[in-house]
Amino acid sequence: MMGRMAGFKIAVACCCFLALAACSKKNTPDLGADGGVGQAAPGSIREFELVVGDRIYFVVDQSDLTPEGTEILTKQAAWLQQYSNVMIQVEGHSDERGTREYNIALSARRATATREFLIAQGVNPKRISSIAYGKERPAALCDAEQCWTQNRRAVTVITSGAS
Amino acid sequence: MLRNVLLALMCVFFVVAPRAGFALEVDVSGGRINPLPIAITPFLTGEGAEEAGATLNEVIANNLNRSGYFTTLPQESFIEQISDFNQEPRFADWRQVQAKALVTGQVYVEGGKLRVEFKLFDVNSQQQIAAQQFTTSAKNMRRIGHLTSDAIYKALTGIDGYFDTRVVFVDESGPKDRRIKKLAIMDQDGFNVRALTDGREIVVTPRFSPNSQEITFMAIGEGTPRVYLYNIETQQREIVGEFANMSFAPRYSPDGQRVIMSLLTADGRNSNIYEMDLRSRELRQLTNTPAINTGPSYSPDGGQITFESDRGGAQQIYVMNADGSGQNRISFGNGRYSTPVWSPDGKYIAFTKQASGRFSIGVMQPDGSGERILTEGFHNEGPTWAPNGRVLMFFRDSQGENGGPQLFSVDITGYNEQQVPTPGFSSDPAWSPRLN
Repeated sequence: MMGRMAGFKIAVACCCFLALAACSKKNTPDLGADGGVGQAAPGSIREFELVVGDRIYFVVDQSDLTPEGTEILTKQAAWLQQYSNVMIQVEGHSDERGTREYNIALSARRATATREFLIAQGVNPKRISSIAYGKERPAALCDAEQCWTQNRRAVTVITSGAS
Repeated sequence: MLRNVLLALMCVFFVVAPRAGFALEVDVSGGRINPLPIAITPFLTGEGAEEAGATLNEVIANNLNRSGYFTTLPQESFIEQISDFNQEPRFADWRQVQAKALVTGQVYVEGGKLRVEFKLFDVNSQQQIAAQQFTTSAKNMRRIGHLTSDAIYKALTGIDGYFDTRVVFVDESGPKDRRIKKLAIMDQDGFNVRALTDGREIVVTPRFSPNSQEITFMAIGEGTPRVYLYNIETQQREIVGEFANMSFAPRYSPDGQRVIMSLLTADGRNSNIYEMDLRSRELRQLTNTPAINTGPSYSPDGGQITFESDRGGAQQIYVMNADGSGQNRISFGNGRYSTPVWSPDGKYIAFTKQASGRFSIGVMQPDGSGERILTEGFHNEGPTWAPNGRVLMFFRDSQGENGGPQLFSVDITGYNEQQVPTPGFSSDPAWSPRLN
């Protein structure tokens, strides 16, 4: 019993450390006192996230792009054409209302649909990697459709070439 | 490997009285379980064995009570206080406290090791029906408690026990949008929890090899998410194939020679099921449809595979021959069916069912008939079978920003749902085969 509890405390201590480390690089924009959308520098990650839009959303159990999604991806492609050194990774995600293995495959479909659209718009395929996260990384945290809508998404993450 | 080391430490004698005419069996064939009252007397302890005795009593009582097939009687109610292990119990005293079965035991130090002995009696017939002796070191005491529990369970139910087993699962910590998910292992009762990965990658869907020494799982970390093998003893880890695309949803074949899993197709749109021979590393494609084909699980004889596919429009359960031929849909109820797992006795396929915004765990026969829901709620997912096919474990997610998954077990009848204690949030349990 004692051994088990001690092991648990160590595990908790490690987790706290990792959670802090994760905090420092979270990819949602932080609108601090020093700036809003208007101050995002041209060609910056901030501009891509806030002005262009880094994510698109999907209908339940679907990987087809919505009209809103294609509009954002068209803007992403134009921006990426302008800043041709930027490398990206498309993250596919699902909401939490599905089983784990299926959601991994479904989010892969979403990442693929997103990547293919960007390629069709003229972005070099070599600049775009993709990854499927399934339901492992929800963006919005609640147990209602308003959150699940935000979690069924593909996020274009800049991996290099912009700051 | 661990198993062999441990068995080498122990001398085991197994004695069972003739079963002819023996009427004391827990009725586990029908629906509701009527738990059998059992008296577990405090193990008599020699000097230096006090803690071991207390551990044995606690482990055995906890196992038998949690099974739902037994109810242990409070020691305060006992009339006879056992003081000599070798003396015949006063059965009239045990009948009077309503005990149907009686366990006596002793543990003492002998030659630097602990010697454990126990006896199981049928109170009505006044017969000794099981007895075992072990010699081992103190650190194995919980395991001896599990082996003793298995012997009692088997002698009284006629079914193999499942207490000397482990569970591999995913230990979850941290906030929901940045969950740290580590591969972890524990005894089936939630003790001896040990993390096997450091949490830098997201680990999902671990599954035991048939010898319980290896685990296959999927990890999402740096690079392409992939299926891995992990040896518990050596802590060595290897990739199952350097595929260009993601691999996921792995499971061992019953002979441990192969792994079946899903691979994302080259166009990134679909997933098909493949089998890899772990020796030759030869890969064989088993499904080929423009769909999500995943969650494969072998029948215990290795001849068939059940899996889920959305080829018909939504997730449903299918069965095929192990070579990929004869793919037939078996689930036709209202809703979506997924995560099929074949029972160790081959009689059932357990699944997750989604209908009307609820997630259930259920079982059906391999031909799709006899569907039965065991538990239903906001989110239940991912069943795994105890090696005796009587108990299932699964995870249940709780609602809310601070909610998270916990492990539960349920009897195949749908009764006796129990939370499995874990240090934090836990998901994706997989039950090991019997260790002994």
